[in-house]
Amino acid sequence: MITSFLPLVAAVLFAIGAIGVLIRRNAIVILMCIELMLNAVNLTFASYAYELRSMAGHVFIFFVMTVAAAEAAVGLGIVIAVFRKRQSADVDDVNLMRW
Amino acid sequence: MEPSILSLVIEALLKVAFVIGLVMGGVTYMTWVERRVAGIIQDRLGPNRVGFAGLLQPIADGLKFLFKEDIIPPHVYKPFYILAPTLIFVPSLLGSTVIPFGDSIHLFGRDIQLQVANLNVGILFIFAMSAMGVYGIALAGWSSNNKFSLMGGLRSSAQLISYELAMGLSVVGVLMVTGSLRLNEVVESQSGFHWNAFTQPIGLLCFVVAAFAETNRAPFDLPECESELVAGYHTEYSSMKFAMFMMAEYANMITAAALMVTLYFGGWQVPGLSKAALSPLAVSLIQVGAFLFKTAFFLFLFVWVRWTLPRFRFDQLMDLGWKALFPLALLQIFITAFCILRGWL
Amino acid sequence: MLVINLIAFVAIFSALMVVFHRSPMVSVVFLIVNLVCIALFFLFLHAQFLFAIQIIVYAGAIMVLFVFVVMLLNLRKEEELLPGWRVQRALAYLGGPLLVGALWTALWRRGRSSEAFPGSFGSGFGTAEDIGQLLFNDYLFQFEAASVLLVVAMIGAVVLARRKES
Repeated sequence: MITSFLPLVAAVLFAIGAIGVLIRRNAIVILMCIELMLNAVNLTFASYAYELRSMAGHVFIFFVMTVAAAEAAVGLGIVIAVFRKRQSADVDDVNLMRW
Repeated sequence: MEPSILSLVIEALLKVAFVIGLVMGGVTYMTWVERRVAGIIQDRLGPNRVGFAGLLQPIADGLKFLFKEDIIPPHVYKPFYILAPTLIFVPSLLGSTVIPFGDSIHLFGRDIQLQVANLNVGILFIFAMSAMGVYGIALAGWSSNNKFSLMGGLRSSAQLISYELAMGLSVVGVLMVTGSLRLNEVVESQSGFHWNAFTQPIGLLCFVVAAFAETNRAPFDLPECESELVAGYHTEYSSMKFAMFMMAEYANMITAAALMVTLYFGGWQVPGLSKAALSPLAVSLIQVGAFLFKTAFFLFLFVWVRWTLPRFRFDQLMDLGWKALFPLALLQIFITAFCILRGWL
Repeated sequence: MLVINLIAFVAIFSALMVVFHRSPMVSVVFLIVNLVCIALFFLFLHAQFLFAIQIIVYAGAIMVLFVFVVMLLNLRKEEELLPGWRVQRALAYLGGPLLVGALWTALWRRGRSSEAFPGSFGSGFGTAEDIGQLLFNDYLFQFEAASVLLVVAMIGAVVLARRKES
């Protein structure tokens, strides 16, 4: 029962994160919604690792966490650098190279 | 024989009551110890009016805090303002649940571990709890809507994160020698005089300094000192919420001291205690007493260092964490790995 | 299992608050709640090491980074959504349930056979020792690549956030 319920929860969380990336304008909140999506994927991996009794899922989760940490650090560095120039964390304001 | 649910529940409740009673009692009387020891160091008497030798002073302080007016300033963000003291206090209480305070005793026909929760990721759980404790300070600083609180909260969070790293790495040496993450196995592997303090002195130094910084104590208490930032992240707090910050700091201290004893000084081990000569109950009592005595010594050390050393400036503090402790902890890991490979440990 | 349902409810509620609350700091706190819920799910799925690592790394370090940035940029202003975005919002709200449906169909039609579970759990399932064995033996190259990635990210973050000395 647990293994049919948790992937569904993970799918819902993934969809909520995807909606968040499309709707929000604040760069930091967009990064947080991406983290939400990555966590949903982690939950799916953990559920199937439990169902199939394989630790390979856990190893994958470990690497996903590593990549998420690196991406959050660099992404927030970019947000800070952009904020210094434009005094705003809106992704709509980063439009210098638009046609 | 399968233990009944009722006996398991009673056992758990008794252990929880003991640990929480110990921590909360310790928190209350640490204020007394701090003020008396500060007095001794500064060549004066501490509080000695209320009750014999001032022993009822913490009660008087508690009553004072209860009766003070609890002001919530109008400009704070209320949900986080009220939540923040809890967020600091609860993780330190949770962290003390995995610390073993005695050997497993044999009562009512089965072995009882003197540890509230014998998690198989014991040490990692303590790091998880100290990671969660950062949020209380950050949210307190942010929700107060006040420049000084924000700076204090930011500085304190940065300090906690930096020293958490050094603390974790210095513990890796202990884990390598023990081969398990469970805290009761860490204690059991330090039998006789085989304490980790003697085999890994550099790791001990890193851990003690990092523990001082993690508890916002001693020479690392810039974020909350009075002369620099008004009162740092707890400027806007009054009455019981302010008291919760103070109590949380002492609870953190008690957990840190107990952890030091468990990881490096043999926990409840008493070298030279012959188990055959005494009854099991007496042996258990002596071991628990030894644990409490060692923890009390480290609490005294916390207070002693606070009233002896001057405060670090914030950039000196961050330099120490990243440029001194972090490489030292890595060095400890290398030395331990080398010793294990050569078979000396 | 009532507890799992309760945690799932809290996780989904906090995810919705992350997306739809207007103050960034409150979104951060709700994301922390969500991460702790996911860590509790890991605990139920016999992944004890990942439970601890999720709280230490994700909820305890990555989210502190987010808290720092929100505090440094002092983002208190609540944003308002521009009206010209209605089309994008409508498409997003339509696409969300479609995405859930697509994911669920893909997962459900995985080809569930009626055979029994493949064996019982190994004695060390979910412990640090098992993950360590896999990481250092079967997946060693990926482990080292992840370390290089972390070093590169550290350098990148330091360079990006540095003030230019003029």
